[in-house]
Amino acid sequence: MEYEVVIGLEVHTELLTKTKIYCGCTTEFGGQPNTHVCPVCLGLPGALPHLNKKVVEYGIKSGLALNCSITKYGRMDRKNYFYPDCPKNYQITQDELPLCRDGYIEVELEDGTKKRVGIERIHIEEDAAKLLHTPAGTLVDFNRSGVPLAEIVSKPDMRSPKEAVKYLERLKSILSSTKVSDCKMEEGSLRCDANISIMEKGSDTFGVRTEIKNMNSFKALEKALNYEIDRQIKAVESGEKLTQDTRRWDDTKGETTVMRSKEFANDYRYFPEGDLVTLNIDDEWIEEIRKTIPELPHEKEARFVKEFGIPKHDASVITFTMSMADFFEKTAKISEDAKSASNWLMGDISKIMKENATWVEDLKFTPEQLAELIKLINSGTISNAIGKKIIVTMFSTGKSPKTIVEEEGLIQNSDEGSILEVVNKVLDENSKSIEDFKNGKKRALGFVVGLIMKETRGKANPQIVNKLVNEEIKKR
Amino acid sequence: MELHKLKAHELKDLINNKEVKVEEVTESFFSRIDKVDHKIGAYLYKSKEEAVNNCKELDARIASGEKLEGLGGVPVAIKDNISVKGMQNTCASKILEGYIAPYDATVTKKIKENNGIILGKLNMDEFAMGSSNENSAFKKVVNPWNEECVPGGSSGASAAAVAALEAPLTLGTETGGSVRQPASLCGVVGLKPTYGRISRYGVTAFGSTLDQVGTIGRDVEDCALLTGAIAGVDKMDFTTVSTPVQDYKKSLVKDIKGKKIGIPVEYFGDGLDDNVRKCVDEAIKVLEDNGAIVKKISLPLTEYSLAAYYIISSAEASSNLARFDGIRYGHRSKESQDAVDIYIKSRSEGFGKEVKRRIMLGTYALSSGYYDAYYKKALKVRNLIKQEFVKTFEEFDVLLSPTSPSTAFKFGEKTKDVLSMYLSDIYTVPVNIAGLPAISVPCGFVNNLPVGLQFIGNYFREDVLFNMAYSYEAATDWHKKAL
Amino acid sequence: MSVSKKDVEYVAELARLSFTEDEKEELIGDLNSVLGYIEKLNELDTKDTDIIVNPYYIENKFREDEIEPSLELKTVLNNAPQRLEEYVIVPKIIE
Repeated sequence: MEYEVVIGLEVHTELLTKTKIYCGCTTEFGGQPNTHVCPVCLGLPGALPHLNKKVVEYGIKSGLALNCSITKYGRMDRKNYFYPDCPKNYQITQDELPLCRDGYIEVELEDGTKKRVGIERIHIEEDAAKLLHTPAGTLVDFNRSGVPLAEIVSKPDMRSPKEAVKYLERLKSILSSTKVSDCKMEEGSLRCDANISIMEKGSDTFGVRTEIKNMNSFKALEKALNYEIDRQIKAVESGEKLTQDTRRWDDTKGETTVMRSKEFANDYRYFPEGDLVTLNIDDEWIEEIRKTIPELPHEKEARFVKEFGIPKHDASVITFTMSMADFFEKTAKISEDAKSASNWLMGDISKIMKENATWVEDLKFTPEQLAELIKLINSGTISNAIGKKIIVTMFSTGKSPKTIVEEEGLIQNSDEGSILEVVNKVLDENSKSIEDFKNGKKRALGFVVGLIMKETRGKANPQIVNKLVNEEIKKR
Repeated sequence: MELHKLKAHELKDLINNKEVKVEEVTESFFSRIDKVDHKIGAYLYKSKEEAVNNCKELDARIASGEKLEGLGGVPVAIKDNISVKGMQNTCASKILEGYIAPYDATVTKKIKENNGIILGKLNMDEFAMGSSNENSAFKKVVNPWNEECVPGGSSGASAAAVAALEAPLTLGTETGGSVRQPASLCGVVGLKPTYGRISRYGVTAFGSTLDQVGTIGRDVEDCALLTGAIAGVDKMDFTTVSTPVQDYKKSLVKDIKGKKIGIPVEYFGDGLDDNVRKCVDEAIKVLEDNGAIVKKISLPLTEYSLAAYYIISSAEASSNLARFDGIRYGHRSKESQDAVDIYIKSRSEGFGKEVKRRIMLGTYALSSGYYDAYYKKALKVRNLIKQEFVKTFEEFDVLLSPTSPSTAFKFGEKTKDVLSMYLSDIYTVPVNIAGLPAISVPCGFVNNLPVGLQFIGNYFREDVLFNMAYSYEAATDWHKKAL
Repeated sequence: MSVSKKDVEYVAELARLSFTEDEKEELIGDLNSVLGYIEKLNELDTKDTDIIVNPYYIENKFREDEIEPSLELKTVLNNAPQRLEEYVIVPKIIE
């Protein structure tokens, strides 16, 4: 029996406004608990909500960036449920008339083809308070209560976990480029829940779906979805009936478990929020907002391919985040070597950033300095190998490559005479290697070159070393 | 001088003319409260110390030559569901025992800015749900005209306090007639302004699209004085509007020549007490004598208002009262074991019977499967009722009716049958549904119990209401009959 | 539509209220009485009527994205029935 997988994602993203959605308390992260609160976000008797215009603006902006149509006459609604993180025991959100509808993201599949994943709707709402579970009881910090969120619901268009991850990556890339959110999954400003079901291949009736929560990284998303597919298939094949559950992903155990429902019954009793008024969004405002949308990642990607002649794949990786794309563009322009710029960023620099959990915005060195490094290599002043060492120092100190070269005396040695001396010395000491090479063991050459580079502390010009070693071996 | 016997505008003049001190006026009312409130039951909290301090401040400013504008040093008492910073805000419920409001409602701020002295917080039906003030969790309020009778509700204490001379001006709140009906039963003037005329920020919500703060005084001028001090757009309440507030003093004239008064027959049907009908009929004659043109009309949708009202108000209340859970403030059950328990126990212990009943009704009306049939249907009927009024006001300046189908009923008389209590709101509720302004003025007595006359005005035409009411009052002397 | 005991129990759960058996019986009666009265709304044809939320049309009221003063911590905690350091504390939630 072959199965098809149907996946939809529900993404919540924190909007980067100065203040909360319904009151003037700051949204600043951190801060002493329960000090960014007021009667409104604390749910005191008599408090009334005040809709933050910027939240609406950012909601519209994200909708435009995601190809949605903007609802002209909209309103806010109440979603009623009891939970300690919900001060009013209702959330002011949007139910029937969301801010944006019917958008899409173009996702590139593994085989290179493009697929449109539909976006059902985007609406704005308030975040809940933070709960800290301790043995003494659950502590509540209301600082986060009322922070503005945009909820982006996809259509159930994804057909594999990999597609889902690509969708989420693309979504993050587009949203962060508009600066409405910084979309950092690890920090909680981007949260993702998934809905997944299976159906027999060829069928057009969706199966019973499961909602999965608590996936805190792209990897976790993929793992959780794959786990669910296995679980659901096993269940169906053993005759078990699937139920519409909400399940929690446990990353340590690598499994999903059924969650005790937040509400006894998920009867949210949505009804219109009478303390707020009708939203009438005119075309003029929409166009004003549209103008503030910067060049989006896929637009940038196309431009980089055209303008800088780098391969499409490279351009795609580089434009994943705005900051990476900007860094690349500056470096490429100054160094006039776009390919090297992209190689460095995608290669060594990405590796170091990952190892040190750093973002491009936090790099200590600048695009000007990276360009300088590229120029030093291209002019033959230093070798590429030395360059790899220098970038590490640049990362940790922020010093310019020229400074580092001077301080550590790393200028490449291109003097054939002195190199030849070392070549001959090493060859004299390693006659077995010469024999091995002549007998067909090509690796022996690399071994010898390695020794020479070690002897010269990496400063010998590699091309010259290779040339001289080849020449001398022939003589022996 | 028994200052508490004077009207607010009279007191303001005396203070302004330096014939009497602000502190003397306030002391007079506190003495009166000490003398009678153990019987009346209007006050849940008396703010003597703070009030006297504020008096001293105002007296000092007067002594330095300043003229006090606005309320001019006159005291006001406030219903206990309107926040006053540093004071209790129980809404006459156990579930809010211990809660101290950390902020002022906008209307409270305005009273303070307008030189009003706050006497204290007034009793009410729990969470404003009731028509007799019998639903207070703390103590009952009696009608000053007859201690065996109710004062009306839910702002029963607000009306009784004025009638019993325990305060010259009070604030109440309305969702379905809770200012007009008790004003009518207690023989005082009560106004419910247009929805959006006065800010709801700081007023504990019952029905968000129905609630309004109402003003009560012993005569029309007093009521207008208080209304003028607190009306206006507020950035803290998005449902208020920037339509300018008229100078209500200018409306206090007798001339109503040529003004058209509509008399809707539906408000004079079978449920109306005959003696009340007589009083209202007399009143109509007075108005005609004053020059108004009176015409009988029909508003066939009137009979549907109460049903629509109970769905909408209960549904909104079920959501507005969800925040009372013992977590951040108020009563938390000592028996709660876990975080689920805490809600059920605290709420069940803290809420009274009527409140629970309305929460149940409202939750049911919003619940899955019933939303369309009940809540959505009620919102559509609301639209129809509103349109009927809008059309009527194309021809008429005001509409006129009795405020209540009867005079004050006895304690316990209507508590046995849920519907009979609800039906006592039948003449007041349509106004809240449409969001229109309306005022109740005394228009007679039956067995020494007051009868109220209601004027209903067009949106933001409180000026017309004050004019009508003043004209009627000037030709009669019900307002002069004091206890 | 008639309200049953099961309905009352379902709604009570949603509203986080508990009732004794006697109270439930009374509620069934009260709710049926009121809902019976409310049936009269069905006499009106509202097929082509729009709902209204605010009593009259108001649009586009907003607040600018500017910081306003918050409450002081002690003010927040003063009203809390139970607190632990800077937090409001509730009995442990079983996830």
